[in-house]
Amino acid sequence: MIKIEKLNKKFGKLEVLKNLDLSINKGSINAILGPNGSGKTTLIKSMLGMVLPDSGTISIDGKTIKNDWQYRDEIDYMPQIANFPPNLKVREIIAMLKDIRNREARDAELIKYFELTPYLNKQLRNLSGGTMQKVNIVLAFMFDNPLLILDEPTNGLDPVALLRLKELIEKEVKRGKTILFTTHIIRLVEDLAEDIVFILEGKIYFQGSVKELVNKQGASDLEHAIANIFRKNQVSDKA
Amino acid sequence: MIKILKYSFFDLIRSRWSYFYFAFYLMLGFVLLFLNNDISKAIITMMNVIIILGPLIGIVFGIMYYYNSIEFTELLLAQPIKRSSIFLGQFLGLALSLSFSLVVGLGIPFGLYGLMMSGEIFNFLVLLWVGFSLTLIFSGIAFYIALSNQNKIKGFGLAILFWLFMAVIYDGIFLLMLIWFKEYPLENFALISSMANPIDLSRIMILLKLDISALMGYTGAVFQKFFGTDLGFFASLGILFMWMVLPLLLIVNKAKRKDF
Repeated sequence: MIKIEKLNKKFGKLEVLKNLDLSINKGSINAILGPNGSGKTTLIKSMLGMVLPDSGTISIDGKTIKNDWQYRDEIDYMPQIANFPPNLKVREIIAMLKDIRNREARDAELIKYFELTPYLNKQLRNLSGGTMQKVNIVLAFMFDNPLLILDEPTNGLDPVALLRLKELIEKEVKRGKTILFTTHIIRLVEDLAEDIVFILEGKIYFQGSVKELVNKQGASDLEHAIANIFRKNQVSDKA
Repeated sequence: MIKILKYSFFDLIRSRWSYFYFAFYLMLGFVLLFLNNDISKAIITMMNVIIILGPLIGIVFGIMYYYNSIEFTELLLAQPIKRSSIFLGQFLGLALSLSFSLVVGLGIPFGLYGLMMSGEIFNFLVLLWVGFSLTLIFSGIAFYIALSNQNKIKGFGLAILFWLFMAVIYDGIFLLMLIWFKEYPLENFALISSMANPIDLSRIMILLKLDISALMGYTGAVFQKFFGTDLGFFASLGILFMWMVLPLLLIVNKAKRKDF
């Protein structure tokens, strides 16, 4: 599905991605983990063509994405921060994205699912953070594309909405979608992810199942395993 | 691009600032016309306001709009559209919504006053065109500055500085040059330096159209002497048009190579 080879990216002097290789299988659900500044967001943004890599190739379904923009029609993306044009209404922002993609979407179904109907005619600046995030989810999921990229999807959600989102993600996986998500919430990883991609300093430190990671670190659970990696990394930083 | 433009425009036209800007021109138009009782004088006063305020509002709104919509821009960047369409759409949506406030805000008082009946209609249209051009040029440059600077404070500072330079400092330097080098023939220098500043150029254009030599100043006089009144008007129109294209090219070029 996604194949990344020898990806390099520098911002000024800072090397964010260093010869990163990664392949993601079709129909898998992957949590991208790593400390702050490890390159998670840069990696995601490279796949979406927002960050232009210095070298290396990214191909999705066998096609390289360089200098292309049409491939994004097959990708759904949910950004970390939901901040929409303040004076548009919820209904209008949904219409806008449908208009841009020029495609039918299952927005009605998702609006009902997240109980957004009363907000449809409200301007986006009047929404609370949680409601904004629900709109963000609807925008990301409504086109029903085979590849979903979610950046911290649970930000600001209340427990009910969080449960619904988890159920929705599980349903999408069963339907054979490929999902990538970043998060800092270990619970979410344990609940959802089949595979973990752990990034450290711009390289893939580990890729495999949750169980493999726990065993490799000799820890009792995922939380400790990840804490171990963070700790070891800090030690090697000082040395 | 048109789709992005449409939604940017509808977002911005409903913002409080657009209403405010619109109300300002509406009030100014009424006050000037009904106190002056002279359309021609009102146009000249209006010109002095527009050539300073239009660029300032364009710059400030351009910078604010870009920085405020970064997150949404990122969402748009993940959609199957070309980068240039996103940024040109947003920029034109902004420039058009500001121009809309200006054109309608001035159009109502002048229309009610009986503009259509007077011979000043073309002068008024030139005034509106100048307002539109300056808004487009300066909001475009603001967009370019914002695209080039990740740091909001720096971007904002640079943009305000650019406006200050074009609107105030430029004239000062120009005047100093004229005094320092008064022994030399300065016509060509004056001609080129007034073309290099869209604000100066707009002023000259309106004054040439109104044919008021008393207000023209040195550059206006040089312009008139070099081109003649009519050709001078069209020359300034043409150069102003080139100024309008410049930010478009800068934006497209910058957006193509930027990381978000």
